[in-house]
Amino acid sequence: MTSSNVGIVIVSHSKDVARGAAEMVRQMVGPEVPLAHCGGDPGGGLGTSVESIMKAIAEAWSEQGVAVLVDLGGAETNSEMAIEMLPAERRDRVVICNAPIVEGAVMAATESSAGSSLATVRGTAEELYAGSIVP
Amino acid sequence: MSATSAAGSVLMKHPVGLHARPSVKLTKLAKTFGCRIDMAQHAAGPWIDAKSIVKVMALKAPRDTTLHFRAEGEGAADAVKALSALVQRNFDEDHADAATS
Repeated sequence: MTSSNVGIVIVSHSKDVARGAAEMVRQMVGPEVPLAHCGGDPGGGLGTSVESIMKAIAEAWSEQGVAVLVDLGGAETNSEMAIEMLPAERRDRVVICNAPIVEGAVMAATESSAGSSLATVRGTAEELYAGSIVP
Repeated sequence: MSATSAAGSVLMKHPVGLHARPSVKLTKLAKTFGCRIDMAQHAAGPWIDAKSIVKVMALKAPRDTTLHFRAEGEGAADAVKALSALVQRNFDEDHADAATS
């Protein structure tokens, strides 16, 4: 595993969505991008947990930083909370991308695989929402 | 090595065209070169950055599209050659499809 590439974390309310999105990244982009995913609440239902998100960020950690892809509301607020709880030296190197979770994860990982910076990785994921796909 | 430019075109025979996986492969390969690489579905353009996964995927180039490449800078000729070869090899997906079917 090269930790010189930006890590990708996928946070969904659904364990299956998170796992499926991660699988797409692995198969389409490859093994050179640090990747982790989490989804579902600790009881097995739909939801997200700050603790799981923090664990996922640690798992996908790269000195280049980590880009987080989220689905709905709580996934974002819990991710924000998880980032706030990180050690100070890591906090500034984790960003949440304003992008669709599956497509954003694949785009971000593709960008990361080339060794791009965290800002570039985030920019590529967010380019989707900039309207370039839909005419 | 001095800056150079190169161009080439290749007919894409991949059955599904430039869909998600081929787009990722093409972009990743393009990013391994330091030179600027543009691509287009028509010789007259519009040209897009072959290193931008979002733009390459947005091309939605179907089968039998002739993809045009042009590169400028160090390694330009190698870049055009490598990208054209990837398209000619159907993005190395023939083997993968055979293995999973």
